[in-house]
Amino acid sequence: MDDPPPLLVLDKLAVAYGEIRAVKGIDVVVGKGELVCLIGANGAGKTTTLKGICGTQPVRSGTVRYDGEDITGMASFRLVRKGLVMVPEGRGVFGGLTIEENLGMGAYIRSDRAGIAEDLARIYDLFPRLRERRRQTAGTLSGGEQQMLAIGRAMMARPRLLLLDEPSMGLAPLMVQKVFETVLAVAKSGVTILLIEQNAKLALEVSSRGYVMESGEITLEGDARALLRDPKVRAAYLGAA
Amino acid sequence: MTALLNLNRRRDPRLAWAGLAVMAIALLVLPFALAGIGTAWVRITNLAILYCFLALGLNIVVGFAGLLDLGYIAFYAVGAYVYALLASPHFNVHLPFWVILPIGAAFACLFGVLLGTPTLKLRGDYLAIVTLGFGEIIRIFLNNLSQPVNITNGAQGVYMIDPFRIGSFSFAKPEVIAGLSFSGPVKYYYILLAFLVASIVINLRLQDSRIGRAWEAIREDEVAARAMGINTRNMKLLAFAMGASFGGIAGGMFSAIQGFISPESFILVESIMVLSMVVLGGMGNVFGVVLGALLLSYIPEVLRYTVGPVQRAMFGRTLIDPEVIRMLLFGFALVLMMLFRPAGIWPSALRKRELESKAA
Repeated sequence: MDDPPPLLVLDKLAVAYGEIRAVKGIDVVVGKGELVCLIGANGAGKTTTLKGICGTQPVRSGTVRYDGEDITGMASFRLVRKGLVMVPEGRGVFGGLTIEENLGMGAYIRSDRAGIAEDLARIYDLFPRLRERRRQTAGTLSGGEQQMLAIGRAMMARPRLLLLDEPSMGLAPLMVQKVFETVLAVAKSGVTILLIEQNAKLALEVSSRGYVMESGEITLEGDARALLRDPKVRAAYLGAA
Repeated sequence: MTALLNLNRRRDPRLAWAGLAVMAIALLVLPFALAGIGTAWVRITNLAILYCFLALGLNIVVGFAGLLDLGYIAFYAVGAYVYALLASPHFNVHLPFWVILPIGAAFACLFGVLLGTPTLKLRGDYLAIVTLGFGEIIRIFLNNLSQPVNITNGAQGVYMIDPFRIGSFSFAKPEVIAGLSFSGPVKYYYILLAFLVASIVINLRLQDSRIGRAWEAIREDEVAARAMGINTRNMKLLAFAMGASFGGIAGGMFSAIQGFISPESFILVESIMVLSMVVLGGMGNVFGVVLGALLLSYIPEVLRYTVGPVQRAMFGRTLIDPEVIRMLLFGFALVLMMLFRPAGIWPSALRKRELESKAA
């Protein structure tokens, strides 16, 4: 196999809340340009893994390497400057700000005005709905639109690696479909993505590779298509016998 | 005010400049007009400007960064005591005011960081309680630091504090300049006005800066702000420090104008008063905050002089002691204003939207 060079490497990463070990030493590799998903049931430790990567929850042991650099425990606001951007669970848009102001906030770390304007136009092309509503406050958007805004806002920081935490959460099925289409479009534009999802079927369908997480450990990993056909995955996550 | 609004929106610059010029002249003539009614009104105006200054400082913390601070008056107290101790017979130190004011600001700033550091992870109600406690701690320290070494002179306070003085020109003494007689309060009025204008400009510039945008993001959603690459810890500390510095400078001016301070001046009610000015005027909007401070400073004073005569005119005699009914009417006015203008009298555009989107 000629794997792409790795961008993100989790080496025996363990994260704990006090005595409770939520992530028990997992190994995950995301190659440059890949869309990799981390799937699992509620409470499997997916979001905790993300918190470990972003330095919002202290890492118990193991390391996080990004583009060859050890970033274990580095504060998330520093990671943004390195091109590692997270879209938090529950979207976290700035409800009182307009859509355009939200997107502008995404470019906080940048000062190249021309580049920002260019990216803004690009994101509006990707999400025409956001352009229509650019003067509206983000709080008035539907859940799906807020998710698109959150992804668009993250794109404004010109990420190299995007971490998406449960983008389908709380959305209507039709909207989930749309969100995944945009995730795929973002990936095609050259951004590496680590996607954390409960919706295993959709996540595996858009990803190139996948990891299955269960009570803090990786139980299965491999090609996304192969995982979709795997009887264990089908039984546990896809609702098929 | 319409002129100012126009300036804000850059609609017609010529009209805006004309409006600004008219306002400037009005403000320059104001103390003489007020002195005609009575010198007391010049003093009241000076205090009102000090409150504007304080409210603007608190607005940085509460309005811009969204951190609820119920102990803000502590920084005012720190600034006031720094001035009092460095310019009075208490330690027999008499430094000039332009040396002490920066020292007071720096001290208050230090206390701001002292309060900010342990409360970085607190929000809303929890932060409010800690800041409230902080305000009380400072006041109680001032009240008791007379033993074993007498630093603050305890509850008696510090007196005979030096006025502002440049060479032999004292701001406390009446003087005739170019045929016009300037009383002490009138002189102070001009220096206070200059400070206020400077602080308004600083606040407006801050709001439009990168720092202002970072505060805006933090107020909206701290986790998301961090995901934007904003160093939320430093930005919150900066808000506390800057707000506190404003409080410190105001405190120094207060000391000099009054000539006497005691812990009594820095009680919790004062913190609440300044917070009310910010909330009532329009959190986050610099002009709204100034308006709130002016209203809340003047209304009680106006009531003080009108409640008695109005009663006599209506009933032929004074039924209720003006002192009693004054605060009742004041409280009633606050309740009404908040009911009908929940975002403040002159809200910031953003704050208005926030309230609307939350109601939706």
